Amino acid sequence: MISYWILSAITFVPLVGVVILLFISGRDAASENLARWIALVVSLLAFILSLVMWSRFDPTQSGFQFVENYQWIGSSIGYRMGVDGISVLLVVLAALMVPICVIASWNSVHTRVRDYMIVFLVIDTLMIGAFATLDLAMFYVFFEGTLIPMFLIIGIWGGARRIQASYKFFFYTFTGSVLMLLAIMAMYWQAGTTDISKLLTVHFPPGMQVWLWLAFFASFAVKLPMWPFHRWLPEAHVEAPTGGSVLLAAILLKFGGYGFLRFSLPMFPDASHQFANFMFVLSVAAIILTSLVALVQDDMKKLIAYSSVAHMGFVTIGIFSGTINGVQGAVFQMISHGLISGALFLTVGVVYDRMHTREIAAYGGLVHRMPRYAAVFMVFTMANIGLPGTSGFIGEFLTMIGAFQVSTWTVFGAMVGVILSASYALWLYRRMIFGVLSKDSLKGILDLNLQEKLILIPLLLLIIFFGFYPAPLLNATAASSHAIVAQYQAAVGPTPAIVKPAPAAAAPAPADAAK
Amino acid sequence: MASDLQSLGALGPILPEIAMAIAALVLLLVGVIFLKRENSAVLNWVAIAVMVVIAGYIGFFRGGGDAVLFNGGFINDEFSRLLKVLVIGASAFSLLMTLPSAREHGIAKFEYAVLMLLANVGMMLMISANDLMTLYVGLELQSLAFYVMAAMHRENAKATEAGLKYFVLGALASGLLLYGASLVYGFTGQTQLDQIAHAISMGSRSVGLIFGLVFLLAGVAFKIAAVPFHMWTPDVYEGAPTPVTAFFGTAPKVAAMALFIRIVTVSFGPIVHDWQQIVIFLSIASMVLASFAAIGQQGLKRMIAYSAIGHMGFALVGLSAGTANGVEGVIVYLAIYMTMTVGFFACLLSIKTKDGFVDNIADLAGLSRTRPFVAAMMAVMMFSYVGLPPLGGFFAKWQVFLAAIEAHLFVLAVIGVLMSAVSAFYYLRIVKTMYFDEPKHEFEVVPGGELTFAMAVSGFLIITYYLTVGSPLTAWAHVAAGSLF
Repeated sequence: MISYWILSAITFVPLVGVVILLFISGRDAASENLARWIALVVSLLAFILSLVMWSRFDPTQSGFQFVENYQWIGSSIGYRMGVDGISVLLVVLAALMVPICVIASWNSVHTRVRDYMIVFLVIDTLMIGAFATLDLAMFYVFFEGTLIPMFLIIGIWGGARRIQASYKFFFYTFTGSVLMLLAIMAMYWQAGTTDISKLLTVHFPPGMQVWLWLAFFASFAVKLPMWPFHRWLPEAHVEAPTGGSVLLAAILLKFGGYGFLRFSLPMFPDASHQFANFMFVLSVAAIILTSLVALVQDDMKKLIAYSSVAHMGFVTIGIFSGTINGVQGAVFQMISHGLISGALFLTVGVVYDRMHTREIAAYGGLVHRMPRYAAVFMVFTMANIGLPGTSGFIGEFLTMIGAFQVSTWTVFGAMVGVILSASYALWLYRRMIFGVLSKDSLKGILDLNLQEKLILIPLLLLIIFFGFYPAPLLNATAASSHAIVAQYQAAVGPTPAIVKPAPAAAAPAPADAAK
Repeated sequence: MASDLQSLGALGPILPEIAMAIAALVLLLVGVIFLKRENSAVLNWVAIAVMVVIAGYIGFFRGGGDAVLFNGGFINDEFSRLLKVLVIGASAFSLLMTLPSAREHGIAKFEYAVLMLLANVGMMLMISANDLMTLYVGLELQSLAFYVMAAMHRENAKATEAGLKYFVLGALASGLLLYGASLVYGFTGQTQLDQIAHAISMGSRSVGLIFGLVFLLAGVAFKIAAVPFHMWTPDVYEGAPTPVTAFFGTAPKVAAMALFIRIVTVSFGPIVHDWQQIVIFLSIASMVLASFAAIGQQGLKRMIAYSAIGHMGFALVGLSAGTANGVEGVIVYLAIYMTMTVGFFACLLSIKTKDGFVDNIADLAGLSRTRPFVAAMMAVMMFSYVGLPPLGGFFAKWQVFLAAIEAHLFVLAVIGVLMSAVSAFYYLRIVKTMYFDEPKHEFEVVPGGELTFAMAVSGFLIITYYLTVGSPLTAWAHVAAGSLF
């Protein structure tokens, strides 16, 4: 039966690639090319396996599927795998982004190519594992394990201030996470297991929940990142190579949202309810403040990094609204933001590879030389704003509908952020693409090459496809979201309806709805 | 009192120690009669073979089975067997690592292998000691061997200084320990560890006994280099020849910690709360001081000395819990720490420039370009020291902190994990220097497959800990810890 091993296969296939790469020791162009091909084939294999898994996933069930469960180290840590509607899409997303990063780095990374491919495959395994595991201790292993490859990616292949950026990245996330580690241990002694599917049914005493919630918050708020714990993110993004930025934005940030949704909300419902307003305040602050900060950036990667923080604010609003729309919207927003922010970093990487500067002022009038690039960039910019017809709209819209039932002020604040996001994104686009092509350095710039089209066009199609037809994603998440919300509301009582929910509120919003 | 040894066969449980002692004496004779001074490699290989055989005997044949010998002076239980295997394994690896560069480090003398075996006898006796007197005999036997080993490179002033410092401070610590032992004897009337516990539970928890406990623990804390008895460590680590430091950093820590565990759990089990606060203090002080003091170090050996102090602090987190789970955690911690340290020193011993062996952190710049394997192994050890999953170091910390949380020592645990974040700073600096900095000078290749072997074995165990040794080691440690309670 495929369902007994498919998750382990997806998770550990990249490691097989690592072992193969270890045997390639040459430093000439041919062996570097070989390393690229091996990394590509192996990561594509993992992606294809993840698609197979998704195709066999039964969206009508809310429980965990493809479960593997073995006792492993002592009585505490087990080997447990399984996905539900929340994690199945994130596994696919993680598996999708790595081959894209490998292609994106095909011509832009020339130093230590083999090592580069090795760390990307290692991080592939760790990212997929974090979403696919059903053991809390193993989740921590995968979650925290990503620090090693990411530290190396930023530090070895990064820009001028890479060392400071890699240290900052490491210490922010590490310090937050170790507190969560202690909370995991406390949960183990309270519940007697680290099996997530069992922990979901344990009721922790409310006094304890507060502490556990805070410890998990310390980790996920840094990872997501939430304002004011986001200081590491812009630097890490700016200094990381394109591939590193893409993984950071598309997958690693999602650990935070996934963690809130998988652990904080269902396992500590009382504490989540208690802290919901606190989360709303931080999220709205993130959306508005980081959008304002993004407006004044003159480094394009930094601008996108700040916009990531703002968009992740919608995820936390959705999750802690504790409503079905909110939770489903949060998952959708995570997937959609993974695609959009990954795509934006890739598009920025395209011009960075040509000009080796990230300064917005160094560009201008690119549309004259790079019409295709301008078109692609425009779609991603619109998706980043959340224009109807792109996946960005659905995610933000659903989270706001969900939050509207709980706190109208939050939605008002988030709405302001949407306007601001339009300003900074459009302004970035205007400064880079439109205007007169006056700079001499840009006169010879070339449009997208084959390999860049190969990675950007699939992302573009996905973003538009899910913008018009979000059903595949929403169907997959529906049952599990209902289960989580039902559990949350059973613990804290039904959401007090500020606005009477419309009968068809659970149905996906039509893409052409006006904003 | 009648002897409990009616026949030679009854000596079975102590056979490993006897065999090790005989091997040391035979090697000494052979060395004196047949060998010229500089030709010591053969003896080293024989000593390694002896260690492997004895460790195998202990591991696979349970060292003759559970027994208490010499009217309670010596005990062979699961705990002692596991720790003896660790100690002998670490010694064998450190002896192996001396081979490629023994001459350059001034320790190519046949006495080295002999002293190593004698130190092992001492450590095995410490681990198996069930009486304050056996304990002291074992401790002194190993310590005397160590003092000579530290100063073995006679022409080197630093090594001589290290040996002398180690001797003077070690003698002081032994004095403290003896004083504590005599107080404990005076107030309980017993020297046998389990009898002391019996006497305490019969109601003789007096102030004098507590004083004895404090002195006893001060002596042991010196041996494991826990703050505030750590001052000798950086100097001895730095001054001693690097292969000797590799040995000091592994086996003796395990043996001394075994002694620590046995004294507090077996003898002072009835007064857990009295010693628990001492251990918690030692633990916090070691973690905090080491994490901050190591940041300023420029020398690799001094840095790793502070790191060793910190790691003993982390190991004591497990012991602070005072439970079987805690002891299990300490054992796992020691095993993993030992493996990482073997790997670290194997890397250190194979990094050489034309000016000789490297000792400054800054000299590692760009190592990953020219010696990628060594740099990768070194980086693995550093990440593992930090306690990052999925490497072994994480699981070591997992076990000890799990025990601390079980015992509701939340403050200790929070300080501990935060200190591990601080300590990450100086471990990462080594990774940074090797991987992110540009090379400053050429590195030479140190010949000899022994170091590569040591690096490969320790690296393999640390990287694949979760998949390979993790489960059996934890299971064995569980049984071993259970044999004390």
